[in-house]
Amino acid sequence: MVPGFTLVLWEVLARTGVLPANWLPAPTVIAATIGDLAATGELWGHLGATLARVTAGFLLGAAVATVLGILTGASPGLRALLDPLLQALRNIPSMAWIPLFLLWLGIQEASKVTLIAVGAFFPVYLNLLQGILHINPRLVEVGRVYGYRRLGLVRHVLLPATLPAYLVGLRSGLGLAWMFVVAAEIMGASRGLGYVMVDGQTSSRADLILASLILFAVLGKVTESLLVLSGRPFQHGSST
Amino acid sequence: MTTQAEVGSVSAIRLRQLSKTYEGHGRTEDLVALRDVNLDVAPGEVLAVVGASGCGKSTLLRIIAGLERGHIGTAEVGGTPVTGPSPDRGVVFQEHRLLPWLTVEQNVAFAVPHLAPRERRETVAEHVSLVGLRGFERCYPAQLSGGMAQRVAIARALAPRPGVLLLDEPFGALDAFTRMQMQEEVLRIWEAERTTLVLVTHDIDEALFLGDRVVVMTSRPGTVRRIFPVELRRPRDRTSWEFAALRKAIHQEFFQSRAREPEFQI
Repeated sequence: MVPGFTLVLWEVLARTGVLPANWLPAPTVIAATIGDLAATGELWGHLGATLARVTAGFLLGAAVATVLGILTGASPGLRALLDPLLQALRNIPSMAWIPLFLLWLGIQEASKVTLIAVGAFFPVYLNLLQGILHINPRLVEVGRVYGYRRLGLVRHVLLPATLPAYLVGLRSGLGLAWMFVVAAEIMGASRGLGYVMVDGQTSSRADLILASLILFAVLGKVTESLLVLSGRPFQHGSST
Repeated sequence: MTTQAEVGSVSAIRLRQLSKTYEGHGRTEDLVALRDVNLDVAPGEVLAVVGASGCGKSTLLRIIAGLERGHIGTAEVGGTPVTGPSPDRGVVFQEHRLLPWLTVEQNVAFAVPHLAPRERRETVAEHVSLVGLRGFERCYPAQLSGGMAQRVAIARALAPRPGVLLLDEPFGALDAFTRMQMQEEVLRIWEAERTTLVLVTHDIDEALFLGDRVVVMTSRPGTVRRIFPVELRRPRDRTSWEFAALRKAIHQEFFQSRAREPEFQI
């Protein structure tokens, strides 16, 4: 109701010239811009580039976080060794890594993917570690009473007990991956939605900037829903 | 003073000179949870253990369950020393401890992982209906009331057909009416299955309603103070004169022992 009304009002104000067209173009103009990009085929290249970066960065960050989270969660020794270091690194604002990654990895894909991976890493790592540390020892005891040992205990008690926290971590990790891809593409890219934004800014085309804003929102929402959907079968165990 | 239980040909549970100390490692004082406990539980018997909190009654049960290590003395179940937990000793805790990500039937099936699928389904169905929860098989623990969840915990403990069932203040968290209902439920199940039962509780009425014998324990160190045989026919009338007389005798045993053992020493 409210969004619909806002859209209509926005359209009317833009069409009647109350809002300057170069400042806030009408929704139909933005839709037409997206349509044009799709028609020339340009859109798919940008979408593909951005999606590929997010996917690669997210998977890389989440994979490293999963391994480190399991290791520090399972072994107090490793936790004492690694966790303080990781917590210290977390205090560095992630954007501050950009110059270093550019210096190390160049302006190509590697530095962008790495930056996104750093963004995705921390929420996954922190949530997984907390999930493991907060496993209810009373449920572990129940597992032992019914004869579950080692792998059986891991598979039937420890894993499902950790999963909700892990999924929360993956979700916020994915959210941060989308945040970081914008930064990565704004800092220098020849393709991708972030590039479209910069292009819109330099050519003073607000419709291009708004079009990519909307596309970012849609893609972020779609990938998050996919993640939630793929995690659903594990939410209420099918682990028997 | 420990009265010797009637010893059958083979005791289901046999405890001799059982002691357990929690070491303080210099930070706190060592806590003697149990000292020289001797008990025999006959097969099919219901033994109720009562005592104030901290008297070591839960420790006693956890040693029999194999969940507590490092005791001194003998703890045997079915003639073999306890070395660790086993599905042959079912445990029902004060909290239901159901796995929240499993349904009622999956929680019961969790206790019998080694059965063939068909046998497993049958065992689960049998025990779900034994505790009167048919129709709730697909519910998750969060959807159940406290009493229902505790029934599932009982079904889960009974599913591997254990030789002994250990109940650790199983109804302590339930309201008074649900508790009485559950006590009758346990009695009905026991009459059907004749499993040896050890019930730890701080509720004297509960102990008298269920137990063939009531063991009174005293605190610090936890020792067996006295054993009361309960020779009343089941189902027992909680309002009967005999019930009241026994309740009074147990009460007196408590307060006498309390008076002789001050909580604090100067």
